[in-house]
Amino acid sequence: MRESDVLVVGGGLHGLSAALHLALRGIRVRVLEAQQVGAHASGYSAGGVRTLGRHVAEVPLALEALDRWHRIATLVGETCGFRSVGQVRVAETGAELARLAERAAQMQALGFRHEEVVDAETLRGLLPAVAGHVVGGLIARRDGYAVPLRTTQAFGRAATAAGAEILEGVRVSSAERLDGRWILKSRDADAYAAPYLVNAAGAWGGRLARAVGEAIPLGFNAFQMLLTDSLPPFLTPVVGAAGRPLSFKQSESGHVMIGGGHKGLADLDTGQVSLDVPRLAYSARTALDLFPILRDARIVHAWAGIEGVTPDELPVIGRSAVADGLVHAFGFSGHGFALAPVIGDIVADLLLDGRTRFPIEPFAPDRFSRAATGSSPRGALMQPAG
Amino acid sequence: MSYDLAIVGAGPAGMAAAIEATALGLSVTVLDEQAAPGGQVFRAVESASGDPALAGEFLDAGGALTASFRGVTTIAYRPSSTLWHLAPDTGALSLKAGGASSELAARRVLLATGAQERPVPIPGWTLPGVMSAGAAQILLKTAGAVPQGAVVIAGQGPLCWLLAVQLLRAGVGPLTLLETGAGGALWDAFRAGGLWTGRRLLGKGVALVREAKRRGLQVVRGVRDLRAEGDAHVQAVHWHGGSLPCDTLLLHEGVIPSTHITRALGLDHDWNARQLCWRPRLDPWGATSHPNVAVAGDGGGIGGWEAAVASGRLAAIDAAHRLGKLDAAARDARAAAPRISLRSALSLRPFLDRLYAPAPTVLAPADDTIVCRCEEITGGQIREAARLGATGPNQVKAFLRAGMGPCQGRMCGTVVAGLIAEIRGASMEEVGALRPRAPFKPMTVGELAREPQDAAA
Repeated sequence: MRESDVLVVGGGLHGLSAALHLALRGIRVRVLEAQQVGAHASGYSAGGVRTLGRHVAEVPLALEALDRWHRIATLVGETCGFRSVGQVRVAETGAELARLAERAAQMQALGFRHEEVVDAETLRGLLPAVAGHVVGGLIARRDGYAVPLRTTQAFGRAATAAGAEILEGVRVSSAERLDGRWILKSRDADAYAAPYLVNAAGAWGGRLARAVGEAIPLGFNAFQMLLTDSLPPFLTPVVGAAGRPLSFKQSESGHVMIGGGHKGLADLDTGQVSLDVPRLAYSARTALDLFPILRDARIVHAWAGIEGVTPDELPVIGRSAVADGLVHAFGFSGHGFALAPVIGDIVADLLLDGRTRFPIEPFAPDRFSRAATGSSPRGALMQPAG
Repeated sequence: MSYDLAIVGAGPAGMAAAIEATALGLSVTVLDEQAAPGGQVFRAVESASGDPALAGEFLDAGGALTASFRGVTTIAYRPSSTLWHLAPDTGALSLKAGGASSELAARRVLLATGAQERPVPIPGWTLPGVMSAGAAQILLKTAGAVPQGAVVIAGQGPLCWLLAVQLLRAGVGPLTLLETGAGGALWDAFRAGGLWTGRRLLGKGVALVREAKRRGLQVVRGVRDLRAEGDAHVQAVHWHGGSLPCDTLLLHEGVIPSTHITRALGLDHDWNARQLCWRPRLDPWGATSHPNVAVAGDGGGIGGWEAAVASGRLAAIDAAHRLGKLDAAARDARAAAPRISLRSALSLRPFLDRLYAPAPTVLAPADDTIVCRCEEITGGQIREAARLGATGPNQVKAFLRAGMGPCQGRMCGTVVAGLIAEIRGASMEEVGALRPRAPFKPMTVGELAREPQDAAA
């Protein structure tokens, strides 16, 4: 039996952020990862660092996380490729622009000032290559993006340096609580014990919750991404669309990444993903509609990463409603990357203090079982994956 | 469109498999990137007929096989078509042709995608005027074009001698061959045996060497530490103990199975430590670790065109059995002849593999040598990434973008893995192979956008 203070299940970005923040507070933490660090969504997202268009409930966390992204090297020792290039949501019709303006007014009324409506002329100054029919947009200027696998590995290295232990290739097959301790067994019959457990198992988080007797509904998607060859610079901010799922950016190296939520196929048992070609083609058409300059750009890679998705597309963050010593942080539904620097801190708060100063009530693990209210205010613009 | 068998590649293996499978009652489609059948070895053989530089086996055997293939009109032959995605569970194939993407389906898929030249990362290999021997041969076969001025072929393998003869026949000169094979390889090779069974093939090789020397080929043996030098274009080639001025430098360290698609599909592979390459794990029929996918020809292990023909036929016979056209006894009876010719065609392989074993240095370029040509990443940068914790080529891709350019890692993938193995003291199996992604070949956003829309999200 291998002992520690905390066991974290899942070596994705959120599990590693939790491990890092716990280790920095002097806690002995061990991460159990079934495959390799960043094997799924964490390594294969678009890396969007976005406050723009977030669900109202996520805005405070996203703004706090954004501040941390701007000084990410002080947390993990390197920049993670973070670039604060801004994120823009473009409107293709007058009706879409009106919806963006309504959103901006809602944010202002709540006291958030990070989103700003821009007219067609200003937008064209920001996005010289955008298609002629675009009529305006909404921008968050401090947003940006980072490099996903590099970021995940950086969090892993920083956690290790702070004293955490990360075990790859350890697939948890059972979890039970005995005499105030969690006992986790792996498929290879190794056993691990700790008083505290963090469920950061991403798309598999629902299974781990069910194993300890907690029913949390969780589906999954395999969000598809396209990457082109390096092109001369034509685009600085990350671009989304008001009316369709799109996440679109050009990296400093010139490669263009096209994502946004068109799903591939995935198998949770094997972890295998495959592309859905018609949907991939739909992504290509969306990108071409907005940036005709891309017509002859060569696609060199397409891929998909498995991500857990909840019914309300908000993450599950909080203490278990049924078990002691268990904190959940999973189900980020395709837009958790940006939140990672703060999520680990919140998990550490919950484990060590039993509470956190951050507003996480909307993410309560038991919200689906007690939700008979049906009050689901429209809190977000369309959320592009990544 | 739906078929019993989709064959990818119209080289010797693909053509032979298509002819055999059609004869056994399967509906067959053949996709091929080239505009005409032949593969690499018989590339453009139909239009090259009559070129004296290419006379011999290329025109005779290649011409006969392509004519037979053309003669079976029930084969749905799709030239100028590139497979860019394959979902083996459902048999859905995505191809691009004529500037658009389209789909077809097959109950079974045979990958006959052949070989690629082993990348030779030496200092200066990215200079204009330096290219692979295979690329020079393609120019000769497709355009009748030959390099001007002083030409040096550097490396080892049968293709060096064949190309030397073809270039000399076409009037190239002066021509020098710098052979990089290790001293003593010949004796080791003789001990591998197979020389009697393989005497006909051996005879072909001896005749080539004789003709090359008769036509004035200069040969330097035991060459190592090659480097190309020049300002805007190669001007000289240097090696340990010598140098030569040259206008064209042709590099060749043998060919390796083209495993891009088999690795992208996640099929099982084994590392071949003698030939320093990956091979898909195959049963005696060419079946892979996926129940719907088989491999024939050089893509399953280098054997040359005669072995490719035999393995293509065997894979077609197995496909007919699996799809209910042949019982096991009929399958085995029909396989007897191609098994004999496969054994004969491969008899000289142990000898050749030892004679032309690549030097381990092909996987260990110096720190200042460019390894990833697309992103201009050096050996030193990759070693540094390995020291920082990258445990495999897929992680180096995240660190350095090596493998993210238009060659999709075809040039750098194995070298990157070799450098990681060196720094981490790990085996190639532990480091693992670069996992390529679809599209298997780059395609434009416009081509993908023109995929049929009916099922779109």
